[in-house]
Amino acid sequence: MSHGQNFSRRDFIKISSIFLAGSSVLSYGAMQAFSSHQSTISGEFGEKVIYSICEHCFWRCGIAAHVRDGKVYKITGSEHHPLSQGKLCPRGTGGIGQLYDPDRLAHPLIREIKGGKQYYRKATWNEAVGVVAEKLYKTSQVYGPSSIAMLHHGFGVSFFKKMLSEIGVNKIAKPSYDLCCGPARQASVLTYGYPSDTPEGFDMKNSKYMIFFGTHFGENMHNTAVQEISEGIRRGAKIVVFDPRFSTLAGKADHWLPIKPATDIAMIQGLMHVLISEEIYDKAFVEAHTVGFGELWESVREMTPEKVSAITDISADAIRTVAREFAFHAPAAFVHSGRRTNWYGDALQRLRAILILNALVGNFKMPGGVVAFKKFPLVQPPAAHEHLAYEKEVYSKYPFFPNDEPSNTIASHEIVQQAITGEVKALVIYGVNLPETMTLGRKTAIEALEKVDFMVAIDVLPAEVTGYADVVLPECTYLERYDDLDNGRAFRTPFVALRQPVVPPMYDSKPGNQIAKMITDKWGLHGVFAPTVEAGLNKKLGLIGSSLEEIKKKGVLVMPETDLYRKPGEPLNLNTPSGKIELASEQLKKGGFSAVPIYTAHPEPPSGFYRMLTGRKPMLTFGRTANNRFLGDLATAKENEVWVNQGIASKHNITNGEYVHLKNQDGVISEFPIKVKVTERIRPDAVYMVHGFGHTSAKLTWAYKRGASHNQLITRTEIDPAMGAVGFQNNFVTFIKEANA
Amino acid sequence: MSNKKNYGMVIDTRVCVGCSACVYACKSENGIPEGYCRDWIVQETKGIFPKLTMENRSERCQHCDNAPCVTYCPTRASHYAEDGTVQINRSRCTGCKACMAACPYDARYVHPEGFVDKCSLCQHRTEKGMKTACVSICPTGSLNLVDFNDPKQEAQQLMNGKLVYRQKEHAGTEPSLYWISASNKPGA
Repeated sequence: MSHGQNFSRRDFIKISSIFLAGSSVLSYGAMQAFSSHQSTISGEFGEKVIYSICEHCFWRCGIAAHVRDGKVYKITGSEHHPLSQGKLCPRGTGGIGQLYDPDRLAHPLIREIKGGKQYYRKATWNEAVGVVAEKLYKTSQVYGPSSIAMLHHGFGVSFFKKMLSEIGVNKIAKPSYDLCCGPARQASVLTYGYPSDTPEGFDMKNSKYMIFFGTHFGENMHNTAVQEISEGIRRGAKIVVFDPRFSTLAGKADHWLPIKPATDIAMIQGLMHVLISEEIYDKAFVEAHTVGFGELWESVREMTPEKVSAITDISADAIRTVAREFAFHAPAAFVHSGRRTNWYGDALQRLRAILILNALVGNFKMPGGVVAFKKFPLVQPPAAHEHLAYEKEVYSKYPFFPNDEPSNTIASHEIVQQAITGEVKALVIYGVNLPETMTLGRKTAIEALEKVDFMVAIDVLPAEVTGYADVVLPECTYLERYDDLDNGRAFRTPFVALRQPVVPPMYDSKPGNQIAKMITDKWGLHGVFAPTVEAGLNKKLGLIGSSLEEIKKKGVLVMPETDLYRKPGEPLNLNTPSGKIELASEQLKKGGFSAVPIYTAHPEPPSGFYRMLTGRKPMLTFGRTANNRFLGDLATAKENEVWVNQGIASKHNITNGEYVHLKNQDGVISEFPIKVKVTERIRPDAVYMVHGFGHTSAKLTWAYKRGASHNQLITRTEIDPAMGAVGFQNNFVTFIKEANA
Repeated sequence: MSNKKNYGMVIDTRVCVGCSACVYACKSENGIPEGYCRDWIVQETKGIFPKLTMENRSERCQHCDNAPCVTYCPTRASHYAEDGTVQINRSRCTGCKACMAACPYDARYVHPEGFVDKCSLCQHRTEKGMKTACVSICPTGSLNLVDFNDPKQEAQQLMNGKLVYRQKEHAGTEPSLYWISASNKPGA
């Protein structure tokens, strides 16, 4: 840790294990939960089944938790929930590994200084929330509400957002916007007039031709999407994958095109060139429903397959073939926008390029093409206090940052920077392990955490971030609490789902809804929250003619299937300035950006270095699952590996299975070694490693020192000047053999 | 045809992504101790960059009709069950591992409590009319529990017109697991 910084208000503290679940008197002993030694096979019968929603990723599938003798022994997919349809991904099954994690935070903690030494002491809830309430209130009074910011990740945050709004604080960021879905969201707003959603708006199961850029379903276990792609494959759909790596999805593809990294916009321009120059695009659709075609054509006129081939390392023939097949199968064909869409500083334009490519073949609101799923129309009860002024405030300096998302009013890297400059004095961190979140790399994150006057961490596990907090508040897991109603997911059958406790909170942990209420009560603001979370939920459900009792039974209320497709001759009436699909965007032009996507070259790796690409394993979701022993039990889940092309491995004299350290272009060397996977499955100019390993907190006794941290090796970022996303794929690494490390 | 079941599986590797949900579902369903599993994922990649092919498979005991484990078990702990599966009677098992040496599919392990364990095709579920834990969870629908005595011939319908294989057929084990090859063209 960088204790030598010139101005560090706080040191990182290793939380003493006596404050963690492992040594708590209430400890249940994690292993018993899933290594039952009973010799008779358990029947499933007679056990209690409770329907709720998962929290292992943002998809929030419906789960059925099976409880026997007061313990959750397995989690399966809810047959009632539209996103799971009885099925579940491996992470979803792994909830028991989080619930019974012996490393869980067991008590509230308060930072103390004695004899110049900083340490945590166990506190009562009353004391801990008292400190938080006082510090936040005073900071707000002395420096104004915009000196307080919240970073959040997870569905339980709604209560804390509401709590902060009571003292006028609405500077809130979800790092997933910057790192993951932001560009897709804003590209959709600018091009189609509405934000992209989860699940993404593609009619996968009815599609005949699906093109993917880099996104790797199958390793990304987004349950519904994987179900629908599988259905598509069974029905005969063809898959095309542009990816420097032979991903699992590439393994299913008719065409795997190992594109040179960082050249996707050129490829999309080349595909557009073929569609237009060969006149195989949907002319009638483009004429009736789009604007800016002329400008678009001018921008791709020179991007012939031959020219694009030289940039992308994909043959001109293959480019023509894909474009022609795409046009042939359209409108039951699409190019998927992907999920983690922030790669370089031009993510918004890359995503716009994808949406424009779709528009050219007229697949908009057509079977098998681009569709807009609907959300369940939930009625919001009137707020106890009106705070319209700051509810609508956007703090981001980026011109195309969302202005319609109250849970995301500033980019997370802007908060990190403001913490460093002193503009932000107090941080509330809900479920974000900042030192291992890709916002601006580890070093900058730690600098920010050390500089703020006050920081409270609300978390389940002693993740690295908790060691920088002044107060640590242990939240119980998603299996032990109610959260707000979930109508945030759009689908074929709109639905609202319930998160409900499956078992009572273990140790001295509490649900977020209670923690937030305790803090507003300390402020003397009674009536912000309903007297109980159940009463609040019941009231909301009453507004739609249902009740808590009713939704508890199946965990979800589902509407009939909506009509996703447009009718012939129907105007689109989109919420764009033109009312049409904007191939060229006047809004972007007015903001000083290119109206159409234009390829620009990105930095190349220095000699002997390789572009560091990242992704995930199907059974892990980065921080959420890092310390999950149940999921970590499989050999394939225990550590991350660095994928190295066979030829490159020979050049560096490294062999399959050996451990190396990685060194990046700025000389940062991975703290821990990483196992080498020598493979044909990756281009020679790139390496690949799964994010979320190499944890430095010894209190994460499972995750500690497993694999190497991808985040540590990020020292360069490119921020999208239009919408504020962070690209970090211009980091390059080389290998240091163990003996030389 | 009688009501007697003859269970097996048809596994569609065209859609399997090797996510391991089946492995975790089995572990919690059957209380498998840490460090062990009854089913597992094989990801097989062939070829030289950039001409590569891949097959993902969820593997387990093949419930052979001519099972070497049953033949070689000295205590008759490993036996054929009425439903066409191969089961282990734990109270008869001495943990001698003869079955493990005989099994061509490496489907068995010694449970820390001393008996040999393997996939039971969730007999405790199928006898109540439910599908196995792995089949129930599988997001891709790669795993199919089938009854070869089913008059509707679901197994045949799943495999019809596709390239299908069984593993190590030359061993004469007559396995009950059928694999739809990943090399099938889309929509085969």
